[in-house]
Amino acid sequence: MNATLACVLALAAGTYVFRLAGPVLHGRVELPVRVQELLTVSATVLLVALLATGALTEGQGFAGWARPAGVLVGGLLAWRRAPFAVVVVGAAAATALLRLAGVS
Amino acid sequence: MRSPHRTDDPAQRTDEGAGPGLVRLSDLPPGVLRDIALVLLADAVVGVSFGAIAVAGGLPLWVPVVMSLLVYAGSSQFSAVGILTAGGGPVAAAATGLLLNSRTAAFSLALADDIGRTWTARLIGAHLITDETAAFVLAQKGRRQRKAAFWISGIGLFAVWNLSVLAGALAGSALGDTDRFGLDAAFPVVLLALVLPALRGDSAARRASAAGAVIAVAAAPLLPAGVPVLLALLGLLAARRGPFRRRPRTTTPGSAS
Repeated sequence: MNATLACVLALAAGTYVFRLAGPVLHGRVELPVRVQELLTVSATVLLVALLATGALTEGQGFAGWARPAGVLVGGLLAWRRAPFAVVVVGAAAATALLRLAGVS
Repeated sequence: MRSPHRTDDPAQRTDEGAGPGLVRLSDLPPGVLRDIALVLLADAVVGVSFGAIAVAGGLPLWVPVVMSLLVYAGSSQFSAVGILTAGGGPVAAAATGLLLNSRTAAFSLALADDIGRTWTARLIGAHLITDETAAFVLAQKGRRQRKAAFWISGIGLFAVWNLSVLAGALAGSALGDTDRFGLDAAFPVVLLALVLPALRGDSAARRASAAGAVIAVAAAPLLPAGVPVLLALLGLLAARRGPFRRRPRTTTPGSAS
């Protein structure tokens, strides 16, 4: 078997096992309410960490100013309860305009 | 679009406000469907660029296509393809991708309740767990709405992601640099807009998330991709001082309907 195919299959199988953990364990292990709340907060923490690293970093370095500035614009729009489309388009447009102006 | 929706289960019917397990579009609050459509559109653009980047980097067409069908996790696909095309080797590519995807285990535990109880629902639903579906589900309060948000966003994202990756791979390198359009800012902002409702009403989640984000960003230059995001869970310690505020679905039975 070709090494690239093996890589794709291993990644796929491992990922599916991670994803199946919740649905399979659910109903067998009765989780206390406090643990369920903790899991919900964990998911939020992971998403926020993902958006923070996604906004600020690229690989192991800084993503440049344009992207976090765009995310900030989108974040302010979201905070002011702007429609979702306005939030996403506003962020992308701010980043694109900054890059057009020479800010990387 | 048939079997995944049939998650009816006698056990589920007794749940507060759950009703029959069949998911309907009308279960979603107004506006959520439009939000899902916009995320589908944003992910389509990311999918096209993923397919194009993989093929432009010298990988055969089947790699991005099969990867998107079987792995189905954007960030780990990008990292795996990045490592493969940079000559980093298949073992490093698979290991990094798995590390990145280990967070889906946490999401799957948080979402288990909303996927459904039948084995068909569990086996199919598990594959549809992504950052976006997790965020959509967490943004809904009622049980019915959460389930609808999961299946509608999950099936939509899977279809759109795979079609767009195929289109991108076929289009090859013709597309050019998608960063020019600021699209790299779209993914963090989508997540931000989706978690904001959960953060607004929950001070424990706010403290934990702020601490976690600081930890993740500080660790990003030092540790391999995927590890910083997992380290963010240490931020939960910051929330331990106060009691977790009960989510509405646990305090007000019936609010789901």
